[in-house]
Amino acid sequence: MKDRNHLSNVGLSHEVNIIENGLIDIPMLQLLQPDGTPHDDANVPDISQELATKMYKTMQYIRVLDDRMIAAQRQGRISFYLASTGEEAAAVGSAAALTDNDLIMSQYREQGALAYRGYTTEQFMNQMFSNEKEPNKGRQMPIHYGAKELNFMTISSPLGTQIPQASGYAYGQKMAGEEAVTICYFGEGAASEGDFHAGLNMAAVLNCPVIFFCRNNGYAISTPADEQFAGDGIASRGIGYGIKTIRVDGNDIMAVYAATKEAREIALAENCPVLIEAMTYRLAAHSTSDDPTGYRSREEEDKWRAKDPIERMGAWMASKGWRDEAEDKAFVDNMRQEVLDELKRVEKVPICPIEEIIEDVYDTPPWHLKMQLEELKTHIKKYPQAYPKTSGRLTNG
Amino acid sequence: MAKMNLLQAINNALVTAMTENEKVMVFGEDVGHFGGVFRATSNLQEKFGKARCFNTPLTEQGIIGFANGLASQGSVPVAEIQFGDYIFPAFDQIVNETAKFRYRSGGQYSCGTLTIRTPYGGGIAGGHYHSQSPEAYFAHTPGLKIVIPRNPYQAKGLLLASIRDDNPVLFMEPKRLYRASVGEVPEDDYELPLGKAEVLKEGSDITLLAWGAQIEIIEKAAEMAEKDGVSCEIIDLRSILPWDADTVADSVMKTGRLLINHEAPLTGGFASEIAATIQERCFLYLESPISRVCGMDVPYPLAHEKEYMPDHLKTYEAIKRTLSY
Repeated sequence: MKDRNHLSNVGLSHEVNIIENGLIDIPMLQLLQPDGTPHDDANVPDISQELATKMYKTMQYIRVLDDRMIAAQRQGRISFYLASTGEEAAAVGSAAALTDNDLIMSQYREQGALAYRGYTTEQFMNQMFSNEKEPNKGRQMPIHYGAKELNFMTISSPLGTQIPQASGYAYGQKMAGEEAVTICYFGEGAASEGDFHAGLNMAAVLNCPVIFFCRNNGYAISTPADEQFAGDGIASRGIGYGIKTIRVDGNDIMAVYAATKEAREIALAENCPVLIEAMTYRLAAHSTSDDPTGYRSREEEDKWRAKDPIERMGAWMASKGWRDEAEDKAFVDNMRQEVLDELKRVEKVPICPIEEIIEDVYDTPPWHLKMQLEELKTHIKKYPQAYPKTSGRLTNG
Repeated sequence: MAKMNLLQAINNALVTAMTENEKVMVFGEDVGHFGGVFRATSNLQEKFGKARCFNTPLTEQGIIGFANGLASQGSVPVAEIQFGDYIFPAFDQIVNETAKFRYRSGGQYSCGTLTIRTPYGGGIAGGHYHSQSPEAYFAHTPGLKIVIPRNPYQAKGLLLASIRDDNPVLFMEPKRLYRASVGEVPEDDYELPLGKAEVLKEGSDITLLAWGAQIEIIEKAAEMAEKDGVSCEIIDLRSILPWDADTVADSVMKTGRLLINHEAPLTGGFASEIAATIQERCFLYLESPISRVCGMDVPYPLAHEKEYMPDHLKTYEAIKRTLSY
């Protein structure tokens, strides 16, 4: 590691040399070509058929889930949805390179990582329908997943806030002597927040075993990346903070997997952060509240559709003799059916009893929350028709 | 018992907490080897090592974001914000993250172990950005606790309770009392309860309510009023959120009059919340309008600091007005 004295690494110059933008060339790691064929000199990770199949099927599953839930939102069955179409490899490939002890901090477009950890269709549905079986107790918008048992930190809407939190969490893991790292996902738009600067700088200075994983998908809602930053993407910033950095093809799951695996080993062995910038494209609309036709062309989207990460891995799987087209189709059909069945079943599950509205604000509800709840219950009892989701479950206690 | 000033009492509480629990970590700007710009963290790095008491880069949102992560992991962070005036860059982390962590995750994750210490308040020629009292901004945030001590004994007992409380606590230290307030403090471990006000002096004509450094102001005003034959009941609120409405209401039902004093600006200050609540609870007992003696609705001024402050004379005049209503 470099000496951190502020002058010890400074060389002398005798001319006015203003450093040019883009002086450092940061290449993009790509192992599989868009048609799935490995590059001649590429070191594709030697993974088992079992692991490859799990990664591939998780991506297929997420595509099915995303497509179906967008439709469900259009039908008014859930209030909101946010798909990860085109970016499945970034989340799944990185999650596959971790162990179950590593904490995942998600922005909101990494449902692939959650599915890889074992989140079930029923659990996804419970969260999206905000029902009483949902661990967040129906308090947050759809897609704000959290699963303590899977080491998946509950998502929150404010962008970038999880970045310095990841540094702190990783510092705590190190202090506790855990063989674990934290991975923190965020988009290239969130990287413009002050919390990005704070979190990366703190992780570097305080030696935190954290992987910062940026999905650079070209857009933050309608804002294209060239209106987001003028430098060489996000990766160039990592170098400025003294953070080990790599840029990968986010649509190449093997490149994402290889980079994350290496990053994890470095973070653990050296107690330091690593930044991964995954170059990808947000094929989906930003969310169900967004229509991308207002700010980008069909041609541009089609160009990226041709680089589909699932098809790329599928072709590679086929070349290894690990893919059976018929079985593939049956899996996707089964998943469609499972998603549909669970959707129909879960949408009938009731929301939490009204008493939950004051729980978990504090460890125990203080006097003023209890008082407000009692007033609310009295009111609901007076006008039960106006509050149909909770009035039927009111106890007399 | 030992004689300590407010800073020494805080330092003593931190030593107690760090000795008891190795998960307690103290960090912020200049808190390491240097011991903090007010010396509240003196010798902690020497005693407990650089991994548990350390400097951070100069970024308040980073300090609190980092602390949120540490707390959710299970460590016990005690983060310092150098001046309350500089807590605003961390406002998003505190209001949207710290305070909502447990609620939004249904109790799966929380920042309950977090304590944020910050010096607050004026009277030290600190101008705009070394004088503010921002408690009311945070009092509007469910999920937080806000605690303000008035002397060394309270500082230690309330800080220990805050560190051990399973909710995030904003612990605001009256910086003009850091060295000015000296008193007997037990060297042993003890706690004072959060959410409980303390009746400092019983009286029958009017209730005077304040917190932190303003307690000495209302005490001084009460002394003057007592010479006029007015019997003042003095209450230190101690906790801004959740606050002890019962103790205040009981007192007002007895005295029939209430004066609230705080250094922060009047409009939107916490006195408004107290006044509205007490008016609801004690309407039939009130013999005069509730009086608020507060800072003016201006940025905290330098040259006019003395004029700005809700001092004992302004408080005394307000007591007389209330009594003669």
